[in-house]
Amino acid sequence: MIEIKDLHKSYKMGSNSLHVLKGINFSAKAGELVAIMGSSGSGKSTLLNILGMLDEADSGEYTLDGVPIRDLSETKAAQYRNKFLGFVFQSFNLINYKSAMENVALPLYYQRVARKERQEKALNYLERVGLKEWAEHLPNELSGGQKQRVAIARAMAAEPKVLLADEPTGALDSKTSYEVMDLIQKINDEGNTILVVTHEEDIAHMCKRIVHLRDGVIVEDKKVEQVRASEYVQ
Amino acid sequence: MFSRDTWKEIFDTIKKNKLRTFLSGFTVALGIFIVVILVGFTNGLQNTFDEFFSDDATNTFFLFPGRTSEPYKGYKSGRRIEFDNSDIADIKENFPMFLEYITPRTTRSALVKYKGESNNYTNRAVGPAHQFNEKTIMMKGRYINETDIQDKAKHIVIGRLVEKDLFKGEDAIGKYVDLGGSAFKIVGVFQDDGGDNEERFIYMPYTTRQLIEKSTDEVGQIILAFKPEIGYAAALTFEKQLDKFLRDKKFISPEDENGIFIRNVADNYRQNQQFAVVLGIISSVFALGTIIAGIIGISNIMVFVVKERTKELGIRKAMGATPASVIGTILMESIVITAFSGFVGMMIGVALLSSLGEKLEDFFIKNPYINMGFAIFATLVLIVFGALAGYVPARRAAKIKPIVALRDE
Repeated sequence: MIEIKDLHKSYKMGSNSLHVLKGINFSAKAGELVAIMGSSGSGKSTLLNILGMLDEADSGEYTLDGVPIRDLSETKAAQYRNKFLGFVFQSFNLINYKSAMENVALPLYYQRVARKERQEKALNYLERVGLKEWAEHLPNELSGGQKQRVAIARAMAAEPKVLLADEPTGALDSKTSYEVMDLIQKINDEGNTILVVTHEEDIAHMCKRIVHLRDGVIVEDKKVEQVRASEYVQ
Repeated sequence: MFSRDTWKEIFDTIKKNKLRTFLSGFTVALGIFIVVILVGFTNGLQNTFDEFFSDDATNTFFLFPGRTSEPYKGYKSGRRIEFDNSDIADIKENFPMFLEYITPRTTRSALVKYKGESNNYTNRAVGPAHQFNEKTIMMKGRYINETDIQDKAKHIVIGRLVEKDLFKGEDAIGKYVDLGGSAFKIVGVFQDDGGDNEERFIYMPYTTRQLIEKSTDEVGQIILAFKPEIGYAAALTFEKQLDKFLRDKKFISPEDENGIFIRNVADNYRQNQQFAVVLGIISSVFALGTIIAGIIGISNIMVFVVKERTKELGIRKAMGATPASVIGTILMESIVITAFSGFVGMMIGVALLSSLGEKLEDFFIKNPYINMGFAIFATLVLIVFGALAGYVPARRAAKIKPIVALRDE
């Protein structure tokens, strides 16, 4: 599903540049649930942003579902994002003046799905994250966990190839974190490919594979015995 | 881009961001309102000016006879000069290239009676052309015409206030009044912007006046107008030639300062014209200045609005919004808001202007108005510039990498 070869990325900070990714080789197959770990500054978020076409690599190859991702125009990148990827952010990034349902329907709007169908789908996905009754609520009327579930529903609504989650539990307490991870695991059980960036060990162990980054290179890549989050959720 | 869905999304966004919509809409409406009001006031100022200076025609000479103060060609000084019908005919014959119209004016005063009412009114014995000279406006009936002159008809045209004084609301047309002992038929009622005094005049054919005064052919003054297109310099030449011609004809010394007088309204006219030009320039500068101020205000709010939405745009881009759709959404939103509130601001401004009428006359602003075409043009200009002002930051926002926009707080 994802193929990365010798990926480099550096940021210019005034006169000196910061080499963040120093030759990353990585691949993930369909249906995997991968945790990308590392301390802050290790380059894990940068990697995820490049995978998500939110940012561009300086050099290296990136193939997503057989499509080479290279020299994309903004328009092309937007179309690929819309077609291939779903995002879950640490700070949720819901549009605050749109109801939960409208937020979930947003990627479908950019897929030019008709309004009625959009709303039906959005409601369907909200139901799957257990928030059907909250469809008409604005984000500021929801708790952090609920917001993240709306964000996950939104990411799923476009039926992406890959779900990218950047510290999805970073802003949540542990109980809510486990609820969110439970949801992510269930989505993965249905066969969706998911990449989770985290620096929390317990969250990482709820995935099936852990990739460790340090100073811009992968230092460890191992499969783990998945801990089911549902064990912690009443 | 113009699907129903897009519009729905735009109106949704507008509706759900009431404060932002209100702020930008209010700025736009206020900008256009101020443009309309200021331009209207400048026009009102111009109206007052026009009224002050251009009630009477400005391409006019007034010829007054006087009394000679120098002996000349065997005539003693102190001789009284008179104008008569032959002078009018001679001027017509000798100056056709300059002359637009000519009319005598003999002013008398007489007691006018109708039923129980009577009053003294100034009456002027004139030719038909006098109407242009005074810019007399006929309310009903007609002015003195050529037939009246030829027939020496006892027809008069009375001012609006004469009718009001004597007829008390009755229609004066076709009625007969006693004027200085003879019966005159009223053929017309006029109004005049020159004020109440001018609306208490009575006009009669000059030939009728001559008939009453023992069949003389004397006239009091001669009023003539030159063709406006000849210009100021030619008007001065005309004045000199006319002066020489009349002095030759009446045997008045070229140096005599009292034999004959020519008052040239063109002198005033020229100053007035210059003043009007200056006023016109000032008002254009005003209009331009307020439009620019409006553009700046609207641009400001647009930049602010886009800045405020950076994060939202980042989210939209992450969800698959293309740069074109980001720009399109922002632009259409700003055009919808500016067009609607611009229209509202314009209508309020226009309504306020027309309700003012003469209320601000004390401040030299009379009947302020704005040319509807100009108002719409100014509104369109502001909308276009508002959209342009939105476009620049929108394009920048569309270019920002989503990751940068998402970090924006």
